Amino acid sequence: MTTPPLLEVRGLVKYFPLRDAGPLGGRLGTVHAVEDVSFALAPGETLAVVGESGSGKTTLARMIALLYRPSAGTIAFDGRDVSTFSYRDIKLLRRDVQMIFQDPNGALDPRMTIEAIIAEPLRIHRRGSRAERARSVRRLMEAVGLSPRLAERYPHEFSGGQRQRIGIARALALAPRLIIADEPVSALDVSVQSQVLNLLLDLREAHGLAYLFIAHDLAVVDHMADRVAVMYAGRIVEIAPRDALFATPAHPYTRALIAAAPRLGAGKRKAADTPAGEPPSPIAPPPGCAFHARCPLAEARCRTERPTLERVGADHRAACHFAPRPSSGRI
Amino acid sequence: MTETAALAPAASMGALTWRRFLRHRLAVASAVVLILLIAAALAAPLVESALGVDATEVDLLARFEGPSAAHPLGTDELGRDVLVRLLYGGRVSLFVALVTAFAAAVIGTLIGVVAGYRGGLADAVLMRVTDGVIALPLLPLLIVLAAVDPARVPILGALASDGDSGLARIVVIIALVGWTTVARLVRGAALSLREREYVLAARTMGAGGPRIMATHILPNAVSPIVVATTLSVGNIILFESVLSFLGLGIQPPLPSWGNMLSNAQELIYEAPALAFYPGLAIFATVIAFNFLGDGLQDALDPRASRD
Amino acid sequence: MGRYIAGRLLETLIVLAVMSFVIYALMGMMPGDPIDIMVQADPNLTPADAARLKALYGLDRPLIERYGNWLAAALGGDFGYSRVFNRPVIEVLLPRLGNTLALMGLSFVVSLAVALPIGVVSALRPYRTGDYAINFAALAGISVPTFWLALMLIYLFSVSWGVLPAGGVTSIEGGGLLDRARYLILPVLTLSVASAGGFTRYVRASMMETLRQDYIRTARAKGLPERRVILHHALRNALIPVVTIVALSFGGLFSGALITETMFSYLGMGKLTYDSIMGNDYNLALICLLFATLVTLLSNLGADLVYAWLDPRISYHGERGR
Repeated sequence: MTTPPLLEVRGLVKYFPLRDAGPLGGRLGTVHAVEDVSFALAPGETLAVVGESGSGKTTLARMIALLYRPSAGTIAFDGRDVSTFSYRDIKLLRRDVQMIFQDPNGALDPRMTIEAIIAEPLRIHRRGSRAERARSVRRLMEAVGLSPRLAERYPHEFSGGQRQRIGIARALALAPRLIIADEPVSALDVSVQSQVLNLLLDLREAHGLAYLFIAHDLAVVDHMADRVAVMYAGRIVEIAPRDALFATPAHPYTRALIAAAPRLGAGKRKAADTPAGEPPSPIAPPPGCAFHARCPLAEARCRTERPTLERVGADHRAACHFAPRPSSGRI
Repeated sequence: MTETAALAPAASMGALTWRRFLRHRLAVASAVVLILLIAAALAAPLVESALGVDATEVDLLARFEGPSAAHPLGTDELGRDVLVRLLYGGRVSLFVALVTAFAAAVIGTLIGVVAGYRGGLADAVLMRVTDGVIALPLLPLLIVLAAVDPARVPILGALASDGDSGLARIVVIIALVGWTTVARLVRGAALSLREREYVLAARTMGAGGPRIMATHILPNAVSPIVVATTLSVGNIILFESVLSFLGLGIQPPLPSWGNMLSNAQELIYEAPALAFYPGLAIFATVIAFNFLGDGLQDALDPRASRD
Repeated sequence: MGRYIAGRLLETLIVLAVMSFVIYALMGMMPGDPIDIMVQADPNLTPADAARLKALYGLDRPLIERYGNWLAAALGGDFGYSRVFNRPVIEVLLPRLGNTLALMGLSFVVSLAVALPIGVVSALRPYRTGDYAINFAALAGISVPTFWLALMLIYLFSVSWGVLPAGGVTSIEGGGLLDRARYLILPVLTLSVASAGGFTRYVRASMMETLRQDYIRTARAKGLPERRVILHHALRNALIPVVTIVALSFGGLFSGALITETMFSYLGMGKLTYDSIMGNDYNLALICLLFATLVTLLSNLGADLVYAWLDPRISYHGERGR
């Protein structure tokens, strides 16, 4: 038996209660943010999770970062279910799993110096003396391409791209094995995006990092991912190795995303144009396939029966009634 | 590829705030007035020796004198110099007000940050308590609290032996009821701050609640705390002077502006000036603190650019 | 909505109940219980006598038991006997209540009558000299120590100029409305100063906020006369938060009235509260304090209800220039 996957999630669900505002507020309903998500991630692997806003990808990322407690389902690291972890176990696990955030403005405490920000994880886990921590900070800053002389500055003195680097340095401080990157370049200028992405690639090579990479831009996904999972309305609708996904997308939504994206690999950054229409309301998800309202292939069956993830190829699964099965040949 | 040049540092946030504050002329004037007041109060002994008088010396032959070179504001019913007593009284009133405001701010901050950050049951319980205290009629309650004989309270035997000046007692009872505004503000700040991504980042690093509250929430909530505390000082001065006026606060012989007025009340016919000066001092100080608070609020206003 | 009100009323009752216990306990800690006072007054009473009397009145029972007795009686409508006035508490309370209502009601009217126009005018010409002056005056009003203001007014109008009485509710002969009015002038003036200051600031702030709204610009762009824009559109919306504040301050006015009434020897609830506390008249003091608490709680509830009632109308429907 091979080593257990670095990360494995099964049947992850997250519901948020919705309350009315004001002193008279009552329960209005529940937001179904994530419904029944399962996948595995091997050490050193990069899995990209793509979807439009509201697809639940950020919620998923935060659950795996142990920021939200799942409403149902399990998360396992190295084969161990985290719900069995004690408080100490979780704190130890934190060293292995770190996160970088989308908004370079919000991710750094404006009142702390860069030195303090990057050293914070070291301080929390009591790594080394002050001098050793200072050395580590310098090393980390150089690793992300920032001059250590800037350590005494404050976040507002840096550009967006630089702030993301700081966030990356902070995430590297404890030598994690998995980094959850929640749309790390979405808020950056095009010219800066590739710099940060390349930095992430370099770090991956240098440290054998696994990435759970959340994105909505297919060009970025193409650049970074080993495998891709496509999310829609809180569910994974297709998951495949990168090349297979782009070559033979099995789900109509994936196809629409690819078709709408400008020429991949050309470096043009435009958020993938999404198919016409809007995702269904997460408060009252309709029965049947969540995509049926916008799907060119939709039939009566799609309105009532929800498709499950089925194999459509080698390590390639999709949830669509019309997805080509392995036996039925290619599209 | 190492970047050696960052952007030239923009004006730090502190400088921007300072400039905004300076635009409020009244607030700046108030700040100046308060600094002068505090300086004068602290300098009471100097003034005392400069004038060659003793604040506590009773001279029944020199009662109710009008302003003169020896006594710039005249003398009171016991022949004591009014100006010097006013300054000493200012010491006490200002000291009580600042210490009480600080104590109330500490209590309110602790309650507010725990309620706002933890949420859930802690929040519900703490906010119920806060709402309950807010709902109480302050002055009547303070009067009852002040009239309580500490010897009879099971746990407070220590306070009973706090001289007769009632200083500690007044600080305690006003702080006991005065923390609610700060608590609400801090809770509001904590509620919004706990969703910030740098707080989430700290959690992913394994930081526990207390560490996050201390290093991330509170430093970013300083502005509303400062404003609320400054604005509360005025109210505290008013409460203390009312209680002292009623004989329930600072006890003579320790002078406070409030108890100077209670003496003066009976003598309103003979020497109205004695009632005028202490009240004027209270009035001026409270106005100054209120203006200062207003100016600080505008300068630190989160609606203006933040982050 | 009904459930919400029921919930809040329940909370009110709970707070009231908790407060009644707290105040009962606190009053027990005030120096001198009735028997001690009797002992002080009558040197012939021996400690044995005192002990017997205490047992007779049940003053040596544990706190909980005494409180329970009081509570049971109070729930049955029996609020006890006022030691100082030698009459049932209710009989003492009701006439005083009337006086206080007159005082507070008039103060409200006066302060609103001043604050509304001044606040609106100030909002219309912000940051000019007039506005600064008004803001200064309003802040001064909030900052002035009530008891000092009362003293100064007494000195000015009674002692110096002798035009107004220094205290009391009516003249000795017990006059009619006009006579009572004379006695009300100074107390109302004192009480109104602080309220007017506070209200003015709120009206100004609320009005300025409202005038910034887009629908005001729309109304102006439609060519409506300025007067109509202000009075009809802006003011109605600006007044909503003000109504809330006014309702909230009703409770605070009660506290303020305590000092004012005491300074002017005005026989209202406030003076009664103060006198009963200082006079160790436990039953009366307890009821007075609970009454003040009840007033504050109800005014908070009222303010929340008013706000909730008015607010949804604004946020969901918007102001379409009615």
